[in-house]
Order: sequence, then structure tokens, then C-alpha cells
Amino acid sequence: MSALREGAEIGRSVPRLEIQEKVTGRAAYIADLYRPNMLHAAILGSPYPHARIRSYDLSAALQAPGVQAIITGDDLGDDRMGAFIKDEHALAKGKVRYVGEPVAAVAAETEAEARFAARLIKVEYQELPAILSPEQALAPGAAIIHEDLDSYFKVFPAICGGNVCSKTELAEGDLERGWRECDVVVEGEFETAPQAHVAIEPCGALAEMDPAGRITLWSANQSVFRVQANVCESLGLPMSRLRCLTPRVGGGFGNKMEPHVQPIVVKLAMATGRPVKLILTREEDFEIVRARHPFKIRARTGAKRNGTLVAREVEVLLDGGAYADDSPGVLGYSLLMARGPYRIPHVRCHGTLVYTNKLRFGAFRGFGNPQVSFAGETQIDEIAARLGMDPVEIRRKNALRGDDPWFGGQKLLSNGLMECIDTAQRASAWPRRKERQPIPGKRHGTGFACTAHISGLLGTGAIVRLLEDGTVVLNTGAVDIGQGSDTVLTQICAEALKLPMDRVSVASPDTDGSPYNWGTTASRVTYTTGRAVIGAAAEVERQIKAHAAEILECSELDLELRSGGRVGIMGVPEKELPFAAISARAHWRKGGPIIGSHAWVFDQPTVDPKRAVAHGLPFPQIGVYSFGALAVEIEFDETTGKIEVLRA
Amino acid sequence: MTPAALTLRINGKTRTVLAALDDTLLTTLRDALQLTGAKRGCNQGVCGACTVLIDSRPARACLSLTHTCASRDITTIDGPYANIAQLQKAFAETGAVQCGFCTPGMILSAAALLAEKPQPSVEDIRTGLSGNLCRCSGYRKIIEAVQLAAEAGPQ
Repeated sequence: MSALREGAEIGRSVPRLEIQEKVTGRAAYIADLYRPNMLHAAILGSPYPHARIRSYDLSAALQAPGVQAIITGDDLGDDRMGAFIKDEHALAKGKVRYVGEPVAAVAAETEAEARFAARLIKVEYQELPAILSPEQALAPGAAIIHEDLDSYFKVFPAICGGNVCSKTELAEGDLERGWRECDVVVEGEFETAPQAHVAIEPCGALAEMDPAGRITLWSANQSVFRVQANVCESLGLPMSRLRCLTPRVGGGFGNKMEPHVQPIVVKLAMATGRPVKLILTREEDFEIVRARHPFKIRARTGAKRNGTLVAREVEVLLDGGAYADDSPGVLGYSLLMARGPYRIPHVRCHGTLVYTNKLRFGAFRGFGNPQVSFAGETQIDEIAARLGMDPVEIRRKNALRGDDPWFGGQKLLSNGLMECIDTAQRASAWPRRKERQPIPGKRHGTGFACTAHISGLLGTGAIVRLLEDGTVVLNTGAVDIGQGSDTVLTQICAEALKLPMDRVSVASPDTDGSPYNWGTTASRVTYTTGRAVIGAAAEVERQIKAHAAEILECSELDLELRSGGRVGIMGVPEKELPFAAISARAHWRKGGPIIGSHAWVFDQPTVDPKRAVAHGLPFPQIGVYSFGALAVEIEFDETTGKIEVLRA
Repeated sequence: MTPAALTLRINGKTRTVLAALDDTLLTTLRDALQLTGAKRGCNQGVCGACTVLIDSRPARACLSLTHTCASRDITTIDGPYANIAQLQKAFAETGAVQCGFCTPGMILSAAALLAEKPQPSVEDIRTGLSGNLCRCSGYRKIIEAVQLAAEAGPQ
């Protein structure tokens, strides 16, 4: 399949499709949806980081004004959900594993009544020792957070046991030999802090069951298909019984990719037979959703006197929190990125992910890459300083180029790293940095770093339908969380069919009608779904040409699409037909309505076994690589410690 | 608390609503009047997503009690309100909107700023919008949008 080049629609700067509704306050986010006869829900969270649930006393709460239903772990079966390790119930069952973990949920006539009643639920707990750091979790005799870990279903061959959720290792070359060849070796420990996503829109969901028992679920999410999978797994429902939709989404940054309150809201809608809505408060959003992993990193990098990098070892210890969520993926991906975009022949990256009694950590922009890049790039600067080399020159000297594969052996289909370094160096006028006069009490600093990131993993699809009048509906199932994918995918479809953008409408993601899309995550939608759109549009073009060839009595090979929704014979301007004529023929006389679809899954192996050793890697096919370089100039206030980025 | 009826003047129209004494203006706008343009972000006066104008001054609807707003002039993004049209156009043209959740509050804070300072400096804009958070990190384009609206002249 060929890529589309810049044309009438691609390469044009256009306002996003939904701009008018967003600037007029008409955009409907999950909290803006109301259904007739709708109930509101509230959650009771655990006061303890680690405790056994002895019993519930719901009597006072059930008698509170407006209360229609209360659910607890006793109402759930043994079903569990999880992207990599199925270790999590819809509500705590038997045990609580972090402060704030949902223990019970109430549906009542108003939000205030639901919140009032939730406080009347009495739960008897037996406290257990709280594990609040990875070191504590790994200590001999530590309390075990998931006693049944061995029996949980895992989607990859996880190396786990005790409080170890996953161990992963990736290695190339001969590390011992590498160290012997080094003239300079730097070593260090790095720690990064946890971080909350704080999408301005808190998480929320609204579910409604129809009289036949089928459920419709609207929620703030990054993938209606992950919502469907998680809810159905955790509640033991067939996926065909749940339809997932999405309103506008007020930011995600990874937080809304895996589930938040959707399973709870569905369970309440089933318990009451009425629509139920739950919108988290900002505090609850902090307490019960997920955050970025704090990393503990030990890194060692060595080079020859001339600046050639030779060896690197990186060991990471990840606090995964109470549930695995996306953590095994974050661990594996961080190790894959820990070498950096450099030629280093001898590398070993390994790490341990452990359960603790804290909020789960999960996907957050960069997925473990920022943490290890911080360590790795710092060490490159340290080596440059030891050798008296320019930090850009040492990067340029060691940058991946030509046919160099990625760490682990995956072939790079394209590599723009050197162009990125050139561009950032030029734009920053590097190395002019020493010329700036320091202001008393302030210091200036300049930094340069390179990075790479993946895109393109997992499955996606697109359906392009030609309507009776020759206009088009595009349906991909990709959720636009504000990054603009609805607009970009419409541009791609319009370009492929030579239609103006306003002749292409984009359908909202719907698990009943949209083709599968793994999700809006990993910078993947334009790359993967865009290709699916091109494929689906090509199928529409093929069918249009087949009709046109019959009508115009020519070969399909002599036909071309013309701008504005027409098909004609090449070199014969007057021989042409509008899409409307073709579509009418297809709808009413011959062939049937024109529908093009295309689906694909990224299938290039991450690891070449002839080149690298991998243990416990959770993704056999990670995606394509992209590259970046960045120069920044900062000012540091010696009194307050405040850092201001002057230029980046 | 027992709800009591009161009359509010919202976007130039008189509306009678029932509100408890501890209901916030945000709750009344959204749940009672279904004017959902003002957003509930933090619900504690930090993020600015609920910003409305009360007597032409920007205010947190989540920290304003409905009963204290009786007889005041309330403006929300749900409009129509001629004074924000230029800003809406500028936000659209400069691409100052990503997820859009902060946008209504941003536009109303900017409207109050331009009413006070029709030709604001970048520093004025930063100060005027300092109570409105954008997590998609679109601040630069938001500043450009306010500058463009200011250049376009009186609202």
C-alpha cells in the first residue's frame, strides 16, 4: 500500500472538525450526558492500604434517602480484568490493596444522596501489613499482596512470584568483554517521581440496560474496545451484550486507556435497571485511577577514549502499585528504550516490577521511556564531560544510522535521527551557549538530548462507505481525545478519494458499528489507522472503477479519480461520471452498496533471536520507531531553585 | 437542605430555579438548567474550567453559591453573547483548542481581560489566564488566540 503525498487535503492546515462545538461550549463530554430517569453513583473507598474485608453492613445506607442499589465485592464473581495479568476485580473482593480502592458503590436519585449514603456503609476490616515500597515488597517474609498470583491468567509468559509482578531482561553482545574495552565508565543511580495525569476532565461513565438485558456504556476513554474488553472480563459478560460509545474526551494522556469506573457503573445499571452515571471528583481521580511509575534506575555506560560508546547496563526497579494494569508493558518498553538511539554493541537491560499497596501505576505519555532516557542521556553527558567532548558531537558519533537495527534486532524502516540532531543543533545555534552573561543569583544552562519512540503497534481497521449521493462516511473506532485524529483521518480519506473534506463525515467510535481499534495510545492512530483508511479508500476506489469501466466501456486501468468526486478516462476529460451516479447504480441496480474496509495488525518481531536474548518481554511486536532531538536553554534561580525553560 | 426558588439572570434571560442554600452556581447551571458549557474539573477553585462571568467579572462557578447570584448578571459560554464571538473565532483560527475541556473557561477569562484591557501585552494575557489550566499544554496558541482577538478590535 502506498503512502499518500501532500495534496489538496493532506498538508493543508485546517481547523479541527469539532472546533465550533468546542468554542461554543456545545461539545458534550461524559459529565454533560443525561438520560431520562437517570441515577447517580458514588464510591466508598478503602481507608487502609492493605486489609482483609471481614463483612459489610449496608443497613443504614440502604435506608438513606434516594438509594436504589448498593454493590460490593460480594456481588461479583471470580472474574478479573487486566491488560497483561488478570489480577483485578471490578470492586475490591476479599481484600483491599490500596487506600481509596473502591469497596462499595451506591446508586441513588441524586449525586448528593449517593455520596451521603456511601458514607453510611460500614465495612469491617482486618488490617494487614502495608507494603509501601518496592524494597519492602521484596524483603524476606514480606506480606504477599496477591496470594493467588500464580493462578491468574496472563497474556504473556510472565516471570512472577511472591510480590514480583514481572521480571524482564533484554541483552545483546558480551557485556563483560564490553567493559574490558572501555577507557571510561560512568555509573549512577537515578530516581524519578510518580506523576498524576490530571486530565482536566475527571474520569466518568454512564451505563443503561435495555429491557432485553443489553447494556450501552458511554465513558471518557481512549479506546471503546478496551473498555468493552475490561468490563466484560471483570463482570463475566459476553462482549456482544455490551455496546461502548464515547462522547468528547477531555484529555487522557494514558489515564483513560485502561478501565476506571466503567465496570462499577455497568454493574449498578444492571442492579437497578435504570441509567446510572458516575463522575469522579478530582480527589477520587487522583486516588483511584492510575499514575506514572516512579523508577529506580542503576545505570552504567562505558566508552573508548575517542568517544565511541561500547557498553551499557541498566537495571530498573518499578513500583507497580496494587494491580498490574499496563505495568508489565511499561517495564518491557522502558528496557527496550534504555539503550537509547545509539550504536552500543554490548548492552544488558533488566528489571523487576513489584506489587505494593499503592495506587496502580500505568500508561502515561512516554510509557517508561522518559524515565530511562533521563538516566541514559545524563550518562552520555557525563562521558562527554570526562572526555572533554561536545555533548552533541558524542551523540552524533554514536547515533544509529544506515541499516542499524534497534536494540533487540528490529529493523528500522526509516531513521531520521541525524536530521533531528542537525535541525536541533542549528535551531539552538549550539554551541553558542557559553556566551551568555550570568545574572547574579541566576545560572544558565543548556542541554541537548536525543530520543526515540514507537508508534504503530497492534490492530486497527477502517470502513469507508459511499452514500447514495456520492459522499462518504468514514468509521474507524479511533477515539479522538483532543489530539485531532478525527480531522487527520478525514483528511487522509478525502485525499485518497480526491473529495473535499466536507464530503467525508467521520463516525463516532461505537463497538457495535466500528471496526476494531486497539486505542488512542502510543502515538499510533495516524500511523496505523491512517494506513487502514488508505486501504479502505483504495477498496472503494476499486469498486468505483469497476462500475465506471462497465458504464464507460473501458478498462479499469484507464480510469482515474478526479477531484470533487468523479471518475473518468485518463486523457479524455469529457468521459467522466460523478460518484453519485456510480453509487446509485451500486445501491439500486448492480453489485450492492459500495463499502471498503481494511484492517491490519503490526507484525514485525521486536526481537531477533540471532542477535539478542529476551526473557519476560510482554510484547512480541512493538511497532515502528521514530526519532527526536531537543536542545533547551534554562535559567536556574540559586535562591528558590526554580528552573525556567528559556528556549527549547 | 430544603431547596428554595430564586430568579437568576443568565445570558440575558431570566430563569427561575430551585436551589438548596449550599448549591453552587455550577451545580445549578449544569444539573438544574442543563447549561453544561461550564465544566466541573476540580470543583475546588483551582482549574478554572467552570469559569463564568458574574457582572462581567470572571468567577469560579464551583465556588459561587447560587443564592448569592440572585439579581446578578451571569454569562456562560452557552451564550449567545456578542462579546465572545471574536474570541471564539480566534481560538478556532489559531488552533488554541485540543481536548476543549478548558476552552469555555479560557474564553470567558479572556473576554473579561479584553473588556478591561483591549490591547493586552503577553504578560497581561498570562496573568489574565493564570487561573485557567490547560493540560493538553496549548498555552502558546491560547495566548496567540487572545492576541488575535485583541488585534481584531473591539468585541
